[in-house]
Amino acid sequence: MRKLFVSTAIALSVFGATAFHAAAEDTLKIGYVDPLSGGGAAAGQIGLNQLKYIAEEVNANGGVLGKQVEIIPYDNKLDPQVSLVQVQKAIDQGVRIIVQGNGSSVASAVESFVTKFNSRNPGKEVVHINHAAIDPSLTNDNCSYWHFAFDANVNIKVEAMTNFMKANDAIKKVYLISQDYSFGHSVADAAAKKLGAEGSSIEVVGNEFVPLQKVTDFSPYIAKIKASGADSVMTANWGNDLQLLIKAAGDAGMDVNWYTFYAGLAGTPTAIKQASLEDKVFQITEGVNNIDYKPMQDKVKEYMAKYPDAPIYYPRLFNAMGMVFKAVEEAGSDDPVKFVPKLEGMHYADFIDGKEGFMRADDHQYFQTMYISGLGPLGANQPFDEEGTGWGWKVAATVPVDDTIVSTTCQMERP
Amino acid sequence: MLEIGLISTLNGVLFGMLLFLMASGLTVIFSMMGVLNFAHASFYMLGAFFGFEISRHVGFWPGLVIAPVLVGGIGMLVERYGLRTVHKHGHVAELLFTFGLTFIIEELVQMVWGKLAVDYRVPQLLDFPAFTIFSTEYPAFKLFELFISIAIFLALLLVIKRTRVGLVVQASLSHPEMVGMLGHNVDRVFMLVFGVGAGLAAVAGVIAGPALVTQSNMAQSLGPILFVVVVVGGLGSLSGAFVASLLIGLLQTFAVASDASLADVFGELTGNGPLIAYVSDIWNVTVAQLSAVMPYLLLVLILIFRPRGLMGTRET
Repeated sequence: MRKLFVSTAIALSVFGATAFHAAAEDTLKIGYVDPLSGGGAAAGQIGLNQLKYIAEEVNANGGVLGKQVEIIPYDNKLDPQVSLVQVQKAIDQGVRIIVQGNGSSVASAVESFVTKFNSRNPGKEVVHINHAAIDPSLTNDNCSYWHFAFDANVNIKVEAMTNFMKANDAIKKVYLISQDYSFGHSVADAAAKKLGAEGSSIEVVGNEFVPLQKVTDFSPYIAKIKASGADSVMTANWGNDLQLLIKAAGDAGMDVNWYTFYAGLAGTPTAIKQASLEDKVFQITEGVNNIDYKPMQDKVKEYMAKYPDAPIYYPRLFNAMGMVFKAVEEAGSDDPVKFVPKLEGMHYADFIDGKEGFMRADDHQYFQTMYISGLGPLGANQPFDEEGTGWGWKVAATVPVDDTIVSTTCQMERP
Repeated sequence: MLEIGLISTLNGVLFGMLLFLMASGLTVIFSMMGVLNFAHASFYMLGAFFGFEISRHVGFWPGLVIAPVLVGGIGMLVERYGLRTVHKHGHVAELLFTFGLTFIIEELVQMVWGKLAVDYRVPQLLDFPAFTIFSTEYPAFKLFELFISIAIFLALLLVIKRTRVGLVVQASLSHPEMVGMLGHNVDRVFMLVFGVGAGLAAVAGVIAGPALVTQSNMAQSLGPILFVVVVVGGLGSLSGAFVASLLIGLLQTFAVASDASLADVFGELTGNGPLIAYVSDIWNVTVAQLSAVMPYLLLVLILIFRPRGLMGTRET
């Protein structure tokens, strides 16, 4: 009797597992490996909301190649080691498309892990869709055939931003302030080189590094910037380090313009409004909501109605998923070996403005129109404010795709 | 030079007082109960979020009173139904208990208010620059911070040293049985003390919330700096914590202002080779880059040379 019971239990569990497996087999699984707890959770959750939104929309229209898209979240706590465990777990669960973005240290760990995994496990290849990490090494010295970068890397952003600043005659003295880690240093180095180049009318009057996410009181830094006589500050800071810096500037009544990379992240527009820095803070991104392009604005309204608590999204994630689905459909297969060649060199109409961008085959870096925008009170035809502040991002300059192209040192090893 | 010196002093004092505001509740609980409360920063965060929620409905000022009372109440409940049960297993159990509490509170705050920063504003009444020195403005809210901090220091000092309540509380720590014999309810005394400590943390939260960023990770980002204040000041010494806060505030502010590096003191490194390349990184690090480490350096030095802290009375 007991034997019968045990064997039935085993049989049931085996059948049960295969039955479940068969059902899950019919979906296109996308593993989202990003922080969903701890300090980076806010950014990670926004990406997850957005992926779910994209999946629901695609599924309502019949899915990709007739398969339903399934988003499976994996919390990596913004930690490279944890990320690798989670990527392995995703692979074990049948995921072959890994979407990851937050943190260049995480991205470079995932990129090299995926590359090694693919060379050791032919027939089980996985692709790494990087939607946010912008350390240039990812698409230069450490580039990989299995990695695709959808956000413009540091070199592209610094090039565009410094050109914009040089064209402005009012800018004479620039103070650089960055977080003391790899990303902050790569921005500061590139910016110092560009701005301080021969024939430049701009003088770099300070190049400061602040400890990453450790400073509570930024007023001593503001005092230093003031003493330097700077008229503009360029900063790669993000999160608390940017919000507190800007609030301290507002408190001290410092009148300079701010050139940033991440002022659009959650919480920062609120801090800018609190500091009353009207039309003084600029950011460089792949686009903002107030660009006059109806298809994007309609979709953004729909998205925000769905996630009223976190009405923020990353345009590049729409591009990334749109391009992956397009590649899968063109290849007629969701096997990365088959659809990666379609993704290479693909031209795509950007979500934000409908203008065409392209995925460069040499290094798998996506090139798109870039926008420099400033935060302030809205004008006519500018319907979107940020975080209920009444202030929104307004385009200050447009950088066409052709002006964003930088060289790469990537020597792609193709399988 | 005068300009940067004066402004740094002012910034240092203001930051130091903010630190004291945050650390005062921690010191109170430690000095009177002997409990090192890891959840202190969480009560501080609760204070900020309660203050924010109340300010949305009835304004900042009622929040400054109601939020600490609410958080104090929560503190008392935690003491009555959690800490007291754990107490008999010793200090390590207490420590672990409060440590676990931090995660629970953070999760709860995330559930209620989400992971994004909330828009907690400085009250209109104090939203103006109080004075200007060398074209740097100092907002009135910062002076208010300073004022509250000093007021709390003086009030606590008075209560502990000069009133019967203070005497009973102090006696309860060293001679609980005797105090019980004399007809005082020792358990209730400890419950009140813990409540007051949590309430003080909430006061700091209500005030620091608008000045800094009110977000579910604010307890985490406050980090271990408060423990540095308490240890450097001398475990359990209120005046010590006050002096240590000022010291750390000034130390950090002046460190940021200094661009000196080893290269400035001993001259640039010359020559080539792997060793030089390796050392030159350290050679060119400025004092400013090390500013965040300064308080911890102070902590280590104090523990080596004066383990009981600046004004502590006990060795532990």
